[in-house]
Amino acid sequence: MSGTFVGMPKFPVAARAALEDTQLRHNLAHATSTIRGKRARLVDEVNEVSSWEDLRLAGAGVKEAALLSLETQLLRLEETLTANGAIVHWARDAEEACRIVATVATSHQVDEVVKVKSMVTQEIGLNEALAAAGIAAWETDLAELIVQLGDDLPSHILVPAIHRNRAEVREIFLRAMKTVGRPAPEDLTDEPAVLAAAAREHLREKFLRARVGVSGANFAVAETGTLVVVESEGNGRMCLTLPEVLISVVGIEKVVSTWDDLDPLLRLLPRSSTGERMNPYTSTWSGVTPGDGPQEVHVVLLDNGRTRALADQVGRQALRCIRCSACLNVCPVYERTGGHAYGSVYPGPIGAILNPLLKGFGVDEQTDSLPYASSLCGACFEACPVRIDIPSVLVDQRAKVVDAHRDSRVPKVEQLAFKGAAVALSDARRLGFGERFTKVGLGVARRLGAAAWTSARDLPPAPAESFRAWWKRTDGGRDESTKESGR
Amino acid sequence: MSARDEILGRVRAALADVTEVPAAPAAPRRSPVADVVGLFEERVADYRAVVVRTTAGGLPAALRDALPAGASAVIPPGLAGTLGLSGTGFVVDDGELSAAQLDQVDAVITASAVGIAETGTIVLDHAPDQGRRAITLVPDTHVCIVRADQIVLDVPDATALLRAAVLAGRPLTWISGPSATSDIELSRVEGVHGPRNLVVVIVESPQG
Ligand code: SF4
Repeated sequence: MSGTFVGMPKFPVAARAALEDTQLRHNLAHATSTIRGKRARLVDEVNEVSSWEDLRLAGAGVKEAALLSLETQLLRLEETLTANGAIVHWARDAEEACRIVATVATSHQVDEVVKVKSMVTQEIGLNEALAAAGIAAWETDLAELIVQLGDDLPSHILVPAIHRNRAEVREIFLRAMKTVGRPAPEDLTDEPAVLAAAAREHLREKFLRARVGVSGANFAVAETGTLVVVESEGNGRMCLTLPEVLISVVGIEKVVSTWDDLDPLLRLLPRSSTGERMNPYTSTWSGVTPGDGPQEVHVVLLDNGRTRALADQVGRQALRCIRCSACLNVCPVYERTGGHAYGSVYPGPIGAILNPLLKGFGVDEQTDSLPYASSLCGACFEACPVRIDIPSVLVDQRAKVVDAHRDSRVPKVEQLAFKGAAVALSDARRLGFGERFTKVGLGVARRLGAAAWTSARDLPPAPAESFRAWWKRTDGGRDESTKESGR
Repeated sequence: MSARDEILGRVRAALADVTEVPAAPAAPRRSPVADVVGLFEERVADYRAVVVRTTAGGLPAALRDALPAGASAVIPPGLAGTLGLSGTGFVVDDGELSAAQLDQVDAVITASAVGIAETGTIVLDHAPDQGRRAITLVPDTHVCIVRADQIVLDVPDATALLRAAVLAGRPLTWISGPSATSDIELSRVEGVHGPRNLVVVIVESPQG
């Protein structure tokens, strides 16, 4: 596959291109508003019988506790996984992780693997590394399949092919399936059910013969040595169950301390992610189960910048992320520019903070531009099931970007403005801080001019109402005609 | 230095400022409901699964009705013999059926470990009456028996009950409706790779 994010233009340039793509904007607007509505209804439902905010506090709490005791948790996880018959590997970076996976696959003399949940494997560029070792990696999520067959890049955590409409999917299937396996039926229509059935047939052939499966994991339980994959389609179950050998690449931040810690997370994730009470399938496995599933199980524990993020006292909370994508769906910037503009497998508000945390500042311009890919409206923090205060981290990072470029053109006063704003923000964590902050943020952004992401669009006049209030009133700009109705 | 020691060292250095790890606040419980089984039935049906209620005596007939006409079905070893089902269409899994052979079978019938009312979820812990994971994955119809007394209110009740199976090293499969995707223009489509038909048979407890 030729798809790669390396060398992407920095955010403002990429965003301008995306803004001109009406298909993408339309699909994203439709998708994000649909998921937003479903999620909001479920949050209301929870609040009728319990407390969503208390659930968020519990979810944030278990992730935070695990991160702050990460060394203990990782040692315990290694011990329990090993006791359960799994083989544990450690990988400092992407290259090392890819090498481990390729070595295991090669030792079984396979020329293909089936894959599920590939965000982390996309992060490390595993498909390309396996291809270089002569091994084809078949993506099995429907959306990933569309992306892979279209020789494309994912644009959304949850719906990676959101930038493709049904007619394009049909065209991609007709053109590309036959080049890599079972062809799409000649009479393929663009009905989603028909397209899904074609994917079922195409991939089933690969599942039934696959000898090696590759997965990520949503959670890893230190206490019991258990990995968890949360999914919808059943391709995860296929990859985790049918092959003889399973290799799971797991970021070290995925660990939770106890089995019971899964409770709040399994209640938060599907509601925040797909807007369902529960996703269709969740699989848990603890190493090798005799007579059931893969009899050789590998777990690759991956750093690749996570310890760098962990060292950042403001930013480390980003490692709590459970990749639900709720922050993408509420983000006005994401909705208008799409996932590709972020130049990373992690797009949207979380990507804007996570990518610089993983890579560091002052390394490349694309990454340094990301903390500016936000209007600081605060909607992402409100939506986040594990209460990651993305706006505060963004503000802190803008100061760090400025520090990293200290010798260049940015005047010192802007650094001070951001640092001051970060302090103000950290004291205003609850609802409403977004309103207050927007004025500060925009004011600073206007003065920063050249470096701010806002240079890719026309800078708005000083707001009469806050961005957040405008967003609510106009349903995110889709209904600009709505009068301000006396507010 | 090994990758392991280097990563653990980096973790230690990164957290040098941390003096104490705050305990996570307890997760809230949802308020109780009078009819847990009724809530389960409603929530499972929300996923467009078929839900049937029966009694122990009515179970064999309910299972036959749940299968498509003439369908073949695989049955886990721990369940065979207790169902009152026999005939040429039924195969007891001996652990040797390959995935390709399972692909030729129309349906699977299993018991379950826990039902979760709030989320409409069935959990399999793959005990002998549920069988190894592949048999509930490859056939296109899954008929799953849930006893009314196995149904709990919410996720924390289920995780507490499942703890012993996990500590015993058993895998779990949580099932909430048939396989589904919304990957094409967010249209929900039932059935991609898992069973496209899910029939949940609730067996009432004898005392009603
Ligand atoms: S940052 Fe929060 S809202 Fe965004 S993907 Fe991660 S967990 Fe979800």
